[in-house]
Order: sequence, then C-alpha cells, then structure tokens
Amino acid sequence: MTEIPPMPAAGNVAAPVPRAPGRPRWAVVGERLLEWIIRLCGISAILFVLGIFYFVFAKAAPILLDKEFSLTEFLFSTKWYPTSEINVRYGTLALTVGTLAVTLLAMLIAVPFGLGAAIFVSEFCGPRLKETLKIVIELLAAIPSVVWGFIGLSVMKTVIEKTTGAPVGVNVLNGGIILALMSVPIIVSISEDALKAVPDSYREAGIALGATRWQLVYKVLLPAAKTGLLAAVLLGVGRAIGETMAVLMATGHAVNVPTSVLDPVRTLTATIAAELGEAPEGSNHYRVLFLIGVLLFTITFVINLAADLVIRGIRRK
Amino acid sequence: MSAPVKYSIQTRDLNLWYGDFQALKNVTVDIRHGLITSLIGPSGCGKTTLLRCFNRVNERYGYVTTKGEIRLLGKNIYDPDVSLIELRRAVGMVFQRPNPLPISVYENVVFGLRIHTPRRQLGRGVLDAAVEKALTEVGLWTDLKDRLKQRATELQLEQQQKLCIARLLPLKPDIILMDEPCSALDVEGTRAIEELMFELKGRYTIVIVTHNMAQARRASDECIFMLLGELIERRRTEDLFLNPGDSRTAEYIEGRYG
Repeated sequence: MTEIPPMPAAGNVAAPVPRAPGRPRWAVVGERLLEWIIRLCGISAILFVLGIFYFVFAKAAPILLDKEFSLTEFLFSTKWYPTSEINVRYGTLALTVGTLAVTLLAMLIAVPFGLGAAIFVSEFCGPRLKETLKIVIELLAAIPSVVWGFIGLSVMKTVIEKTTGAPVGVNVLNGGIILALMSVPIIVSISEDALKAVPDSYREAGIALGATRWQLVYKVLLPAAKTGLLAAVLLGVGRAIGETMAVLMATGHAVNVPTSVLDPVRTLTATIAAELGEAPEGSNHYRVLFLIGVLLFTITFVINLAADLVIRGIRRK
Repeated sequence: MSAPVKYSIQTRDLNLWYGDFQALKNVTVDIRHGLITSLIGPSGCGKTTLLRCFNRVNERYGYVTTKGEIRLLGKNIYDPDVSLIELRRAVGMVFQRPNPLPISVYENVVFGLRIHTPRRQLGRGVLDAAVEKALTEVGLWTDLKDRLKQRATELQLEQQQKLCIARLLPLKPDIILMDEPCSALDVEGTRAIEELMFELKGRYTIVIVTHNMAQARRASDECIFMLLGELIERRRTEDLFLNPGDSRTAEYIEGRYG
C-alpha cells in the first residue's frame, strides 16, 4: 500500500465517485461531513425545545388525570397551600399575578430608560464615550442574578423602607426595580443595534431637510427602527418573566395578590425554585410544580407569538 | 447693457480637511443665480465635498475642519449667527442613491413642512395642497395621486429620486444641490431627471456633481472643473468643452485620465 500522491488535473482514474479534478477525496468527504454537522446544529434548536417541553409535560401530566385536581382551580384560585395536611390547594393565580405585576413594573421602568440610553449611545454621544458606555452596559448584563438578588435584599430593601415607610422592603417595587436593572442592558444593546441598522442615508435625508437632532430621532429613526426596538422590548420582557433568583430574593416570597407596589409577592419561577427541592418526587405537589413550568412555558410562548404577529403586522404596513 | 450678473454661491479661499487630509485647497468660485452648474473632475477631486459644504452637511462628521468663506445670497454661512436649520431649509439636497424616508409618499413630501412649521399652521388643506403642487412640479402627480399612502421606499428608483426632489419644493429653497442624482438610474430615469432640472431652472439655482461628462455637457449652463482639491476653472459649458482654458481640463475632457 502506497499513498496516492496528490495528482494533477486528470486525478485518480479509477475513482468510483466523480469528483472535481485535482481535489483529494478527503476534502470532498470532509465538506459533506461538515455540511451535515452544521445542519444538525441548526435542527438541534427544534429538538431541544420539543425535548424540554416533553420532559416537563410528562412529569406534570399525571396530575391532570387526578380526580381531586381541578385545572380551573389551578389557574384561577389564589389559594396556594401545597403542603397543608387537611386542606391542600394548588391555586396559582396569586403567583401568576405576582409574576405579571413585577414584570409590568420592571418594563415600565426599563423600557423608557433602555430606549433613552440606546438613543443616547447610538445618536448623541461621541465615539469614545460610546465605547466606554457599551462596555459598561455589557458588564451590567454579566452580573449574576444572585448578586442582583443580594442587592435587592440588602441595599434596595433598606432604601425602600426608609423612603416609602413600607413595613417590608422586599416587595413588588423592589423586585421590579431589580428586574428593570437586569433587563436594561438587553434592551439597550438590542435597541442600539436596531438604531445602528437604520441606513445612514435616512439620517442624511433628515439632516439635509433641516431636521434638528431630536426631530431626526423621533420622526426618522424611531419609525425606521420600530421592529428592532419592539424585539428589544420583548426580549427584555422575556428576561423579566423568566428571572428566578433575583425575584426570589427581592420580592418577599409571600403568596399574595398585590394591591400596591409596596406589597410583597411571589412569582411562578421563585415558587418552583423554592419548593421543588422539598416536594417528594412523584407526589402531587411535585407534579403541580412541573405544571407551573408548563404554565410559564405557555406564557412566554404566547408573548413571543404575539410579538411575532405584531412585527409581521408592522412589516406589512 | 446687460444686468449685473447675480451669484447665488460665492466661496472665498475655502479650505477643508478631513482629519489631516486636505480635501479642498483655496477654492474661490462664484456660482450664478438661477442656472445649472456642474461640478466635474476625477474621483476624489473634492467635488462632492465642495457640494456638501454648501449646506454644511459635511460637519456631521466630527473630524472635518473648514476655513474660508462661503456666501450664499450674500450671507456668510460660517458666521456664528447662522442657523443650520434655516440654512438647510434654503438649500435643498438630492443624494446619489434616492433616499426617501421609509414612510408614505405623502409624509415624505410634507416632512420638511412638518419640521419647519408650527403644527397649528398646518391644516389638512395646506398639506394636501403642498403635496399636489410639489408632485405636479416633478411630474409624479398623475402616477401617484391614488397611491399617496404607499411607502415611498416601494416606488421605482426613478420615482423615488423625483420624490426626493419633490420633498424639497414645499420649503421653497433658493438652491438645490444634487450629488450624482442619476448614477443609480437607467437611461430613461436619467433623461427624466435632466428634464426635471430644466423645468426647475430659473426658479432655483441648481448645482450638480456628476461623473458623467456627457451629462454635464447636456444638462448644465456652467461647468466647474476640479482636480485634487483645487478648482481649475469655471466656464460656460460650451466654452469649457470646446475650448478649455487649462491643459489639465483639456486632457481630462479628452479622457487622458480620470
């Protein structure tokens, strides 16, 4: 057996598969292989989503067949007594409301703040400040959520108790602010990308017509970048809904439908994180926690779908 | 006998640097009122830079330094009391690639009015009239009058470029600057824009940068030849092409370089 030396144009005469002249076989096979690997990477996202959904749903499914369990109660009751000896209740409404309240407050703070920051970074500040700000914002995104929770539990708690006179400083307000700070970096960087993607010719058109900087922003750039900006906001919402550790620490962890921002609440995610370790595997409590996972899944899915439809609607216009 | 020649734009010793690179060197030129003037010369000679000085749109890049004087209708536009916004209202600009904004045709035409006029002076009637007048002037009204709500970026390129001219008109500019306005258009589009320039001539002073010498010859009254940031000569178009005053102009026109 001798190795076939790399041949010029004519190639290996006995080659069973036709191939480009002058290209060694390993290159052809390697390319095919690489193509398949890449294809697999692309498809894997679908497999993972389906796999995770199946796994979570399979763990939760038996509870749906249990005679004592009522789906209506699960969705619309505020009574969450999963470990009660005499009156077990699995109502998640308070938790859902808690999640939505904290997310809503977070977005009310983070969206104007994040968009404002993005507009400043993209359109108003000099190149050096821009670089610095971008690095700092990325750094902000890299802070682990447990550190945010820690800040909520210590610093923010004291500040809120002192300034508002609330009896407990860990509440919707605290969680909302912490979540807002956590989603701002995402909103800023995605919105900044969206603004950067607006063709410079639009800016020149506006400037040459005599638009002021601010007119340029709200008459030209915001309309031109609106799909990207919406995507940024929705990613922020997704971040806020899915966040667990920080809200677990900052919201007070009390099952409660809030009537003001100073009420402590508990979120869906925090409930799963806090209780899963103590629920015996295979028990109803354990299964209900997985069902909460399915509920979370559904909420984020609906939000993403709505966003997708809105974006398509905007594009069609 | 003839009335004194009136100039819309006069530059005196205009120098401009992009960082350390000097793009304009002592440019002193007069551009006549109400005529079409072409700026010609090889790539990188500074013709676009000079054009972009006239509405000071060059300055959006922080690294530009300008020295010298540009007088538009008698007023030095580098005086500290000059409002850039008013300057750009009086000096409209058309770009190389048609750049209508991604909003409706209607909104594109009234964009200038909206940013320059207080809202309560802009009734529906005023705006509608302005749109019809401007689109009629550029010859788009019949084609587009039923499609005013359409996104301007969906029009054909030629229509887009005409729309870019139309949106300047409601502001009643004195000068219209055109930076290779036909380079993205086909023969028909180019002809249409040139015809439009003839229509607008007289009421507006038009300065056009072009790479296309035949276009300069066809479409302009006066020509300015530039080379390496310097102004070589300004003459009536016929004179420049038939009997250039400088050997460098002659060689460029003959196609020896450029």
